[in-house]
Amino acid sequence: MTQNELLSKLKTIITPYVQNKEALENLTNETDFIKDLEINSANLVDVVLDVEDAFDIEIDNESMEEMLTVAASIKVIEEKLASK
Amino acid sequence: MYKDQIIEKLPYSTPFLFVDKVVDVDEEHITGEYTFTEDEFFYKGHFVDNPITPGVILTECMAQIGLACFGIYLLKDAWDQKNWSIAMTSNEMNFYKPVFPKEKVIVVATKIYFRFNKLKCQVTMYTKDQTVIAKGNISGMAFKK
Repeated sequence: MTQNELLSKLKTIITPYVQNKEALENLTNETDFIKDLEINSANLVDVVLDVEDAFDIEIDNESMEEMLTVAASIKVIEEKLASK
Repeated sequence: MYKDQIIEKLPYSTPFLFVDKVVDVDEEHITGEYTFTEDEFFYKGHFVDNPITPGVILTECMAQIGLACFGIYLLKDAWDQKNWSIAMTSNEMNFYKPVFPKEKVIVVATKIYFRFNKLKCQVTMYTKDQTVIAKGNISGMAFKK
């Protein structure tokens, strides 16, 4: 999977949980889920669970805590996919 | 964990504690009950001369059993009132029957998932003769203060 494919899949996952739609349209690697997209911490859990289902990976507590930005999430997903 | 110990660990008190007893609990389900007393604070205004338990209070009762009690059980020794807090984060409820003063309700919650300190449950409230009062999904989170 290319970085672009991964990014587009991630964007689809986060979309229903995003409060700030404008920040979603201007999504970059640095976009912060909580500060920029205004996703609450409960829905952040849903993002992580949806990521697990979509990519068929398991996210542990430590990785979950890292997944606060687009870049950090892509890094975690790539690592988990590589170690499958 | 003993069932009666769960209630001692709850961060609520009168007039906002809506659990009398945890009847049964395991890793997948919880059952609890509460009897609405005649002098609950909200009956004076909901409604005037016509006391009926507000839907938000029924939801709160379901959340205190299906999220707070259940979550404390699932968190085991990690939970303590001093360093942790809880919040309801979403609910979607349907109501089928009014609850009047002095009525006993039984709440059964089934875990949908408990991950990263978020608990999501399917929850149903029954009368003592097993008629459905309310049904829906609720979620909540436990977090360090």
